[in-house]
Amino acid sequence: MTVKLTAKNVSKLFNDDSGEGARRLAAGESKEEIFKATGVTVGIDDVSFEVQEGEIFVIMGLSGSGKSTIVRTLNGLIPPTSGSIVIDDVDVASCSKEALRNVRRQKITMVFQHFALFPHKTIIDNVAFGLKLKGVDKDERHKQALASLAKVGLDAYANSYPSQLSGGMQQRVGLARGLANDPEILLMDEPFGALDPLIRREMQDELIVLQKELKKTIVFITHDLNEAMILGDRIAIMKDGAFVQVGTAQEIVSDPADDYVRAFVSDIDRSRVFKVSDISNDAAWVKVDATARDALGVMDKAKSDLAYVVERGVPVGLLMRSDALQCPRNTPVREVMFAEPPTISEEAFLNEVYGAAQGGVPMAVTDDDGKLVGVVSQDDIFEQLAADEEEPEAPTEETDEQKQKPAANQPASE
Amino acid sequence: MLDPSQYFTIPFDTWVNDFVRGFLVPNFRPFFRALQVPVNQVLMALDTFLAWVPMLAMTAIFALLAWRIVGKSMALVTIFGFLFVDLIGLWPDTMTTLAMILTSVIFCTILGVPVGILVARSDTTWKIVRPILDVMQTVPSFVYLVPIVMLFGVGMAPGIIATIIFALPPIIRMTNLGIRNVRTDLIEASEAFGATYSQTLFEVQLPLAMRTIMAGLNQTLMLAMSMVVIAALIGAGGLGQVVNTGLGRLDVGGATAGGLGIVVLAIVLDRITQGLVEPSDPNRMTFRQALGTLFSGQKRPPIKQESGSRAAFKGSPIP
Ligand SMILES: Nc1ncnc2c1ncn2[C@@H]1O[C@H](COP(=O)(O)OP(=O)(O)OP(=O)(O)O)[C@@H](O)[C@H]1O
Ligand SMILES: [Mg+2]
Repeated sequence: MTVKLTAKNVSKLFNDDSGEGARRLAAGESKEEIFKATGVTVGIDDVSFEVQEGEIFVIMGLSGSGKSTIVRTLNGLIPPTSGSIVIDDVDVASCSKEALRNVRRQKITMVFQHFALFPHKTIIDNVAFGLKLKGVDKDERHKQALASLAKVGLDAYANSYPSQLSGGMQQRVGLARGLANDPEILLMDEPFGALDPLIRREMQDELIVLQKELKKTIVFITHDLNEAMILGDRIAIMKDGAFVQVGTAQEIVSDPADDYVRAFVSDIDRSRVFKVSDISNDAAWVKVDATARDALGVMDKAKSDLAYVVERGVPVGLLMRSDALQCPRNTPVREVMFAEPPTISEEAFLNEVYGAAQGGVPMAVTDDDGKLVGVVSQDDIFEQLAADEEEPEAPTEETDEQKQKPAANQPASE
Repeated sequence: MLDPSQYFTIPFDTWVNDFVRGFLVPNFRPFFRALQVPVNQVLMALDTFLAWVPMLAMTAIFALLAWRIVGKSMALVTIFGFLFVDLIGLWPDTMTTLAMILTSVIFCTILGVPVGILVARSDTTWKIVRPILDVMQTVPSFVYLVPIVMLFGVGMAPGIIATIIFALPPIIRMTNLGIRNVRTDLIEASEAFGATYSQTLFEVQLPLAMRTIMAGLNQTLMLAMSMVVIAALIGAGGLGQVVNTGLGRLDVGGATAGGLGIVVLAIVLDRITQGLVEPSDPNRMTFRQALGTLFSGQKRPPIKQESGSRAAFKGSPIP
């Protein structure tokens, strides 16, 4: 995997003409102390991270934690006070205006919280805006804009005006405008923040579907941890301008860096965070032409009360120990197994498998090709979902240290 | 008795006289004369053209504009108003006045919109220009005439130059206001897609500021209208001259006729330019409402996007 965007030691202080704020920040004063003493606002406090190509990197934090500021430094709308932001060898924090404009035209676009559609332009002209700036001629840019609108299902509204569309539709247009330029990086600043919960869900799902096809590098801002967990390949949690923790959803939920993160995680919907593969156990299995004796042998070895019967890797039946014991040992398993055992995909989230788990029968976990990779029981699911009930780890010296020097600054290596 | 001027006076008038007569006029007269040339040319062209267009054709054009932009009732008002002016024998003077006003407005736009754009871009420039505009709008219109006559002499062109100076502030103010009131997230969006300064200006700021600029144009036009009459004192022609002559001869009838001509022209021009400001109204006004707004002189609330523009309507004299 290649790194698409690197931010290194980025800081931003607002109204710090004298540099006094920077000195105090370096001396370790908090955001609040600095503001009270000098009137300087710390927007970003020494943040470093890398975003991989094709990844959705989510930055999550409460209001005022500096999310918008940081995402605006990535395309140079806000120049950072110090630090560098490198996109394919160009440092947008220090390059010329001309170079910055080229980066914006070719590589990076943005979707805004309040859509920021131009009210005096039709939908298609809104979507074609970036292309127009680049000097693409009218027919060509309308063709591309229409294709982009089709991706979000709004090509029928090409000649409407933004005010004639609902909020959800307007944000789809915002997304289409961001995509029309065919950028490599898409910045999204709380794009679904102004939408009601239902439309929001819909848009999240739609973004996931689109991303499967487009594979853009996305930096996504949200103040909603659930949304972060659903969308993010990796998530950065931000507080007072600094990153507190960076990691995958599973890492953050199962191992929060400090109390701040723990507070967020406590009311997260864990069933949307963990996948079947996170809790799947090894399954005992026998081939379809084996006998009951073979099956019992496999079960004993695996210390399990059941074994799957597989045909070319695909689970075709389930054999319980009690059934195997009740028949002559040389009976073919085919005659005593349950046919068509319940199966679930290892990629599924736990909330998608509740239904299948109702049956009480353990479920075979399969990969993309339908081959058996493990087994999950109902108990495994509930155990995972109830995990936040378990006693919190006693804070060790290590975690105290982490608090001072957040784990944030280590670029995740995947 | 307790008056300091008994003991001490400042010879302010002499200072000004010395400055203007002793410095400005001898050194800069050619420069000021040269300034008149473009004004004169535009004025002549417009005047010739308007005098050439037959009265009925002109009325038809204005009625059509009024109908398209404001509504049917305003078209009727235009037709009857213009017919009346023609029947009382003031059509040629009205067209001269129209030429003068249009010339002033054209120059005000050419000067005012770029200045407005400039001051919208930089707070420092705005801090310098703003007090100048304040002074321009508080100085009574008569007072303009003295330096104008000193520097430019008398006649049509000096009258129009006085008008341009007098009518310039609103369009600068409103252009500035309109551009500054464009939502910052739209500017941000424009920049985020790689727009240059002028691309943002022409693609986003100016189109969105257009209604506010039109409101400024309307005010400029009305100020020009009022000044054109006063400018007749220094030899500018048209309806203003009719009024002045009437007053000079104590000819009540003549002065009233000239005054009515001005009122008709003012109403027609005001309503049409106001119509450009307001979002086109799907259910047009009834005749009664139209009459009501004609005489109340009340401006309907301006555009919804620019909440600040209402404040800017204050402070400019309503003619
Ligand atoms: N132009 C500015 N001038 C001064 N301070 C600013 C400016 N922009 C942002 N700030 C400050 O920087 C801090 C971070 O603001 P930012 O807008 O990045 O927060 P956010 O995380 O995006 O919040 P929200 O979720 O409300 O959008 C805040 O304390 C804010 O007051
Ligand atoms: Mg924000």
